[in-house]
Amino acid sequence: MLRFLIRRLLMMIPLMLGITLISFVVIHLAPGEPTDMQTQLNPETGVELRERLRAQYDLDKPLLVQYGSWLGRLVQLDFGKSFSQDHRPVGEKVLERLPITIGINLLSIAVILLVSVPIGILSATKQNSGFDRLTTVFVFIGFATPSFWLALLLMDVLGVRLGVLPISGIKSMGHEYLGPLEQWLDTLRHLILPVFVSAFGGVAGFSRYMRSNMLEVVRQDYILTARAKGLGERAVIYRHALRNALLPVITILGLSVPGLIGGSVIFETIFAIPGMGKLFYDGVMMRDYPLIMGILVIGAFLTLVGNLLADLGYALADPRIRNA
Amino acid sequence: MPDPYNTMTEMAASGGGNQFWTALRRNRMAMAGAAIVAFMSLLALLAPVLGQSPEYIDVSLQLSAPNAQHWFGTDDLGRDVLARILYGARISLLVGFVAVGIATLIGIVLGALAGYYGGIVDGLIMRFVDIMLCFPSFFLILAVIAFLEPSIWNIMVIIGLTGWMGVARLVRAEFLSLREREFVQAVRVIGASDARIIFRHLLPNALSPVLVSATLGVGGAILTESALSFLGIGVQPPTPSWGNMLIVGKQTLGEAWWLSVFPGFAILITVLGYNLLGEGIRDALDPRLKD
Repeated sequence: MLRFLIRRLLMMIPLMLGITLISFVVIHLAPGEPTDMQTQLNPETGVELRERLRAQYDLDKPLLVQYGSWLGRLVQLDFGKSFSQDHRPVGEKVLERLPITIGINLLSIAVILLVSVPIGILSATKQNSGFDRLTTVFVFIGFATPSFWLALLLMDVLGVRLGVLPISGIKSMGHEYLGPLEQWLDTLRHLILPVFVSAFGGVAGFSRYMRSNMLEVVRQDYILTARAKGLGERAVIYRHALRNALLPVITILGLSVPGLIGGSVIFETIFAIPGMGKLFYDGVMMRDYPLIMGILVIGAFLTLVGNLLADLGYALADPRIRNA
Repeated sequence: MPDPYNTMTEMAASGGGNQFWTALRRNRMAMAGAAIVAFMSLLALLAPVLGQSPEYIDVSLQLSAPNAQHWFGTDDLGRDVLARILYGARISLLVGFVAVGIATLIGIVLGALAGYYGGIVDGLIMRFVDIMLCFPSFFLILAVIAFLEPSIWNIMVIIGLTGWMGVARLVRAEFLSLREREFVQAVRVIGASDARIIFRHLLPNALSPVLVSATLGVGGAILTESALSFLGIGVQPPTPSWGNMLIVGKQTLGEAWWLSVFPGFAILITVLGYNLLGEGIRDALDPRLKD
């Protein structure tokens, strides 16, 4: 297992390098310079300040030198200082927003699994039943529903018309005056809509995936064996089939990490949640160049970590993998 | 022994697959999808004939609910929502097709090179794919847009440039198995050039999974464009797009439901159409894949 882990970690190094290279190239191929925004914002600033900014961010040096020095600072986890008014280090800004984004994503992964695994099992074991057909319809609608539109409709009905759920932020006014339990419940109430919206599409995808896994597994010989030795249907499905049908879900979970993180831009912006996605969106609107570069790299790094965890989970669950 | 999967894909790719068309016509999912796609394309095409002007402002009609004159109501500037949705269909379909066209083209070229040449070429291209797949694509798109003027052309190109990896993997996998087949060996023996082998013999046989992924991709690109436009960094007003119409929907939350419901529903139906068609084509190409 240790060898597996070490090999897997070593594999991440070239990928990480590639990620930084592409991030760098993407930003530098785009026309316009990061200093443009700063100088545009303030008409007083002349050529002189512009040149000073250029020198400060190494923009007057060749691209390769820029990349080298950026990479050098990156290795020390120095993402540079944000261009925004506060001029705080990007790493610090991201770090304080990250727990919210990761927390919401973990919550929605939990919701996705809790809902879609039973749906998948039921529709596979009762293939072509009314429930199965209904699930298929739901899956197609789930795939086609724009998450921001779903958010909009829910905000309209539940938030504005019925007024039962808060529609922005993660804390009510006066949150700090509440007791610990009430604070917790308050935040939870704020998270219902965002988590529902971010889990919606995933539930559709995973239900379908779980269903086809299950259908595939119940055709295997060992299920036939289990049935032949007289096990009841429950034992066959839940003891023998389910475990094997769940295995590939681990991998898909890892693969869905970039989608989830990317999606956080959308729902955090709509629900005004102060997470990394909202930070990124605001950075894009401000052309906050160090922030954009930093989050781009961190987002890709999170994906790598997600994939690593998925691989480790798979190796833990399936001895055939870790001994291979 | 003929491999049923490859026989099927070869037939479909050569266009002579009667079996494919029969299977496709019998597939209710595909037919429903095709009907939706045809309907939406017709609406987009006939937008100038069917609707009123999408940019005609009548301030006296601000935010009027759906009525006989304006079936889907009017927006904050008194513009006809139905007309804007019809013109929005043009934008969405255009973005969907061009973005997927770009992605498919890049994917085919890189996938073909990797699959045909193997070795270092394959290694380099596939590592590039791995790295690109690490980025949350929405982050990548946003990062590029931050430094460009948001316009419909930029959006199409960026969605295309960030969406080719799946196609590349598909084409590569097809090429890896095809290049070992006898007919390829035969063409090589008679001295055909690499380019000829790739474009005349391998590619046509590798296209059917690409067709499926491109059809599904159109839906995905439409979703991405609408999300970008909704966030204000996609298609810019006054050009109507389903996504930027929903911005007004958000501003009038709780008072003008028609500004949220109709444009969003248009997105849902269109994406649904392409997804149904794509899944239907997949089933028709390879009945084995059908659960």
